Amino acid sequence: MLGLNKKDTTLLFIVVFMTLFAPFILNPFPVGSQLAQFNAGYPDLMQRFVIFGIFAIGFNILFGLTGYLSFGHAAFLGVGSYAGVWMMKLLSMNVIPAILMSMVVAGLFSVLVGYICLRRSGIYFSILTLAFAQMSFSLAYSVLTPITNGETGLQLGLNDPRILGVSQVEGSIPPANLFGIAMRDSYELTLGGWAFTFNAGYYLCAVVMIVAFYAAIRIFRSPFGLMLKAVKSNQQRMNYTGLNSKPYTFAAFVISGVYAGLAGGLMVAMDPLAGAERMQWTASGEVVLMTILGGAGTLFGPVLGAGFIKYFENIFSKINENVLHQWFAALPDSIENVLIAVVYPFIGKGWHLTLGIMFMLVVIFLPGGIMEGIQRLVNLFKRRRTTDDERAGGSSALANNAKAAE
Amino acid sequence: MDAILLQILNGLDKGSAYALIALGLTLIFGTLGVVNFAHGALFMLGAFCAVTLNNILSLSFTTIDPDRTDFLGNPLKVETPYVESWFGPEIGMAIIQWSVPLSILFAIPVMVMVGLIMERGLIKHFYRRPHADQILVTFGLAIVLQEIIKYFFGANPIPTPAPPAFAGSFDFGASLGLEPGQIIYPYWRLVYFSFAAVIIAAVFCFLRYTTFGMVVRAGMADRETVGFLGININKRFTIMFAIAAIVAGLAGVMYAPINSPNYHMGMDFLVLSFVVVVVGGMGSLAGAVLAGFLLGILESFASMAQVVALLPGINQIIIYLVAIIVLLTRPRGLMGRKGVMED
Repeated sequence: MLGLNKKDTTLLFIVVFMTLFAPFILNPFPVGSQLAQFNAGYPDLMQRFVIFGIFAIGFNILFGLTGYLSFGHAAFLGVGSYAGVWMMKLLSMNVIPAILMSMVVAGLFSVLVGYICLRRSGIYFSILTLAFAQMSFSLAYSVLTPITNGETGLQLGLNDPRILGVSQVEGSIPPANLFGIAMRDSYELTLGGWAFTFNAGYYLCAVVMIVAFYAAIRIFRSPFGLMLKAVKSNQQRMNYTGLNSKPYTFAAFVISGVYAGLAGGLMVAMDPLAGAERMQWTASGEVVLMTILGGAGTLFGPVLGAGFIKYFENIFSKINENVLHQWFAALPDSIENVLIAVVYPFIGKGWHLTLGIMFMLVVIFLPGGIMEGIQRLVNLFKRRRTTDDERAGGSSALANNAKAAE
Repeated sequence: MDAILLQILNGLDKGSAYALIALGLTLIFGTLGVVNFAHGALFMLGAFCAVTLNNILSLSFTTIDPDRTDFLGNPLKVETPYVESWFGPEIGMAIIQWSVPLSILFAIPVMVMVGLIMERGLIKHFYRRPHADQILVTFGLAIVLQEIIKYFFGANPIPTPAPPAFAGSFDFGASLGLEPGQIIYPYWRLVYFSFAAVIIAAVFCFLRYTTFGMVVRAGMADRETVGFLGININKRFTIMFAIAAIVAGLAGVMYAPINSPNYHMGMDFLVLSFVVVVVGGMGSLAGAVLAGFLLGILESFASMAQVVALLPGINQIIIYLVAIIVLLTRPRGLMGRKGVMED
């Protein structure tokens, strides 16, 4: 279906299902219960899940397929955000031109950066991209202040022209909208103790992400994607066979830049402001973390990694000492205090520590990220079942191993 | 003339820090072939060694002085540091004030421990993995170290004063026979520069004039052959890692009075130090030192008012700009050897 084989179609359907029903899936606990703080189904966070999912999918097209580790991808996201806000300032509050413009500008910028950085590979490529990102960050803070509004960040103003739309409604800036549907509009559904929020902005992001994910599958399965994988496995051999790999890596770089711009544009569509800190190299590091944690080179891994990190950043970091005391209240005081003393550095404000440790463990033991972990579990389960089958005279383990190797 | 001299002097202290960190990075890369993104964290750990020693020395006990009263009429509580009660007020006071130079003695064993644990426990397993994996795992380690420090010391910078003997500034121009009042330079920066020069000289002498250094240099040139001669080169490389950690740590200790240590200072320096290493040439020790000072001085020239007026924002991006130009025109950096990581 849609030019995909059966396995990919299933994957696509899983993603469609998960994104469309995210308000239900992410809100498994009733309002007011002890566990309600683990609910992630509020619009702001759900939007972030999918937006960073798109960012990571794009990054994965470069890093996962070609192995070129860029440490400056946040620059494209930042440039895209600025372009998006400017479209909203000048043209109209409709999000379509803003998002399109973000993609175009980020794409052009990545053409420039990619053309220069891709002359080198390996660590030099990483350093070059890092240098470009840091340069854009510093410039956005200092010289380009007329365009970027420096430290304050670029915001909408009441007297912006907005030549294609109304400039203001009753003395306030009109909301970002999609042909009249305001992005911040939400519909609340209460079912028993549960409350679910359906947000217009989230669904726009979700649809965009599904399209982006579909495009990524097509890229992965295309001859072009195969060529990129060849670049990763052995670029030298590829060059010796007479193929010029440069255009392929360059295309991959630009595509991932456009994805980053798309993510930046969506960010602006959800919340019309842009700041330079989005371009800092720590932001680039974050998308690297997401991709590796989820599983670089897999289709679904980066989305998983993005969701994982954003969930921890927003939910885990809210757990403070009082909450811990509530949890362990049933235990005797001495044990409670010891437990809290042990757990406390890793949660709440210290969640970065947990993230760092987890990231190290993944790089050391699971180079394929969470996806590899899942794969291993599945294999383990299958093997156990096969041995059971063998005892009953069933299929051979060999065929199963071959299937796993695929 | 004065202005040029002033900018060179201003660039020296930052340049020294870049050079020291880049030297350590190059030592690790040249010997073990590992790209260490946690090197900035080692620099930061060094700075926090100074903070820790300062805190330890200032530990005090409280006594109640019945003769004096505070403004509420209660007996006055007097805090006396233990050091002062042990060595007498004058020597004790001096020890506390000189805590930063004293931290050098404290930092060396700490950094050796950290370096050995890091190398044996983690980096060892990454010799044969791709550079991308090495970058990623050390990046993760840097985050972890940073967060541990943040947990214990908080997120705010902690001022760590230099000894009072070096606290002020002096008129450097006057001592060179120029007009007085033109070049005012803080003492501590001069100390930092001299310190960096001594450390760099020590590392170079160590590599040049000792048997150990000779073996290490041989190992850097051709690891396998040295191994065939029956020398356990891995053990020596591990020691070199510890030495690189010491260099980074000491750079951090002495930098504490210049910039109050905070938990992310390592990352800030790391990015620039990597640029420095690449500009100097991967694997070239002299190149790393040269590029460190060069870029430090260049940065201070670019922040001159006249230059900024001509090319606004140049002071922010000059280092990156130079790095991009060097990388594109001279792939192996200023002094890189032929054939080492050229693509």
